[in-house]
Amino acid sequence: MVADTLPARTGRASRRRRSPRARREAVRGWAYAAPTAIFVIFVFLIPLGLVLRMSASDWPLMAGYQGPNFPDNYTEAVQHRLFWDSIGFTLKYTVITTILLVGLGLGLALLVQESTRWKSFLRTSFLVPSALGLASASLLFYVLYSPYAGPFADLMQSWGFTFLGTPEGALWSTVFLVVWRYAGFYMLLMLVGLQGIPDDVYEAAHIDGASRWQTFRDITLPLLRPTFALTIVLCVTGSLLAFEQFYILTKGGPDNSTMTIVQLIYNVAFQGQNNLGIAAALSVIVLIALIVINIFQLRAFRRPDEN
Amino acid sequence: MTSNSTLTPTDVLRVASTAAGHRRSPGMRIVLGIPYWVFTTALAVIFLYPLIWTTITSVQPRAGTSQTDRWGFGNYVALADYQAGIWVYLANSLFVSLLTVLLTLVVSLLGGYAFARFSFPGKNLLFLTTLAILMVPYATLLIPLYVILNAVGLSNSLVGVAIVLAMFQLPFAMFMMRISFESVPRELDEAAMVDGCSSFGALWRVLLPAVKPGLITVGLFAFLAAWNDFLAPLILITDTNKMTLPLAVANLRVQVQGVIDYGATEAGVVVLAVPCIVLFLVLQRHYVRGFMSGAFKG
Repeated sequence: MVADTLPARTGRASRRRRSPRARREAVRGWAYAAPTAIFVIFVFLIPLGLVLRMSASDWPLMAGYQGPNFPDNYTEAVQHRLFWDSIGFTLKYTVITTILLVGLGLGLALLVQESTRWKSFLRTSFLVPSALGLASASLLFYVLYSPYAGPFADLMQSWGFTFLGTPEGALWSTVFLVVWRYAGFYMLLMLVGLQGIPDDVYEAAHIDGASRWQTFRDITLPLLRPTFALTIVLCVTGSLLAFEQFYILTKGGPDNSTMTIVQLIYNVAFQGQNNLGIAAALSVIVLIALIVINIFQLRAFRRPDEN
Repeated sequence: MTSNSTLTPTDVLRVASTAAGHRRSPGMRIVLGIPYWVFTTALAVIFLYPLIWTTITSVQPRAGTSQTDRWGFGNYVALADYQAGIWVYLANSLFVSLLTVLLTLVVSLLGGYAFARFSFPGKNLLFLTTLAILMVPYATLLIPLYVILNAVGLSNSLVGVAIVLAMFQLPFAMFMMRISFESVPRELDEAAMVDGCSSFGALWRVLLPAVKPGLITVGLFAFLAAWNDFLAPLILITDTNKMTLPLAVANLRVQVQGVIDYGATEAGVVVLAVPCIVLFLVLQRHYVRGFMSGAFKG
């Protein structure tokens, strides 16, 4: 999808020899693309440039630009007492959700692949939560997990535990919410991947007398490689940027144990510190880390036959 | 209706599963018979239970009020009376969502047409830059956008939120619309132009009906994303009267120190979720198609 194969790369020489017709076409093309260009420049590229400048400037929330201070924001960001903790927690959360969602997505897809009435119902049941917003889903679980109003309130009272009261409980309760919300989405991507495997491969395996498990291990799993690549990249990127679920369920607590990196950026910018410069420096660090991680992932998942 | 040989993207799920049924692929019958039924029923219950529980308890009696022992819409009444009133927040959310949809549709319709049908200098660069929005974390851009919107007088503005949300919809929307236009034969609009249509006339009269499924998909995704978005209004909106619904419902918890109106929160979740679930069920095929094209770009 990335490469454009149209003859746009004809070189500078031909550009000069552009016929009036081609010039008219270029003008028309730009006229239709103008709104896109305006959006991309003013709402994407300029903010992107500004975040770089902010990260090198003294920029309190209320007072605005106060002059350059590079590299102070970066050193302060790295020295923030929650910097490494939040990175550690975000990575831990990312590994857990990625393993669970990719595994469950495949499991659910295998369970509901066929087109019976019951399986269609199951597919829809698994998919309905993914129509909800993450914030709505988090609010729903906030009440569900509540020791006062939730369905487990009495149980919690008599056993003396809370879902969100301990660091481990808060983590796993949030993981459960996220799995509930996204499992159907990953199931759908897996279904699309399974559908992409040609029938005759399975027929050949069947003729060769392969068992179900062998076929699954030696054919389905390897041929799902592009799907695994896509789902893992999506899941890793999404989880590294987790915010809403923790903002609503735990606010990063208890004792900052569920502080994700985006929550830290938000806190530094708008809660307490009110320092947009340090928040911007944190954002740039996250941005670079994400680009590096994505390049690394894409390289790792590239098939051996394509270079 | 749909045969296996002609795969229409609008019916992916059915085709996917029919094909699978024919090939009897392994793994899909790991669990057979009664254990399968018990297991999948339990799974369905886990997925549906939170939604059903919230809906039922949202109409349950409100503890500590005069309506203690009556079922009804007490929670919804409480939600309606909350701060500026639910109707204000609903109207804000609808305004932001519809404006986001409108902006996304107009920009991606024109842009998709440009990318699919015209060659102009800088075309590839512009397309790639649009897709690069995907690479940049949402949260990273919101802080400079907060500063920029302040500077141009769009601070605390629902229009500003919609512009930001539409920008984040562009990669998917542009990709979708470009593909939609490219799947329409060029002869169609060329014939229209030979017959005297302007390029815009050809787009409006001939191509628009042909790319309608793509537009519906883009519009659906833009609406759901805008309706559900939390982070952009959280950062860009500070005025209580301009909050969107997710923000207002989340704020129910911090309203009074230590006192959380769980019932009204549930009612808020239901109000938030119902349009999404209805849209999802009605437009399920487009929803799936959107995921499909999302999967292809990998």
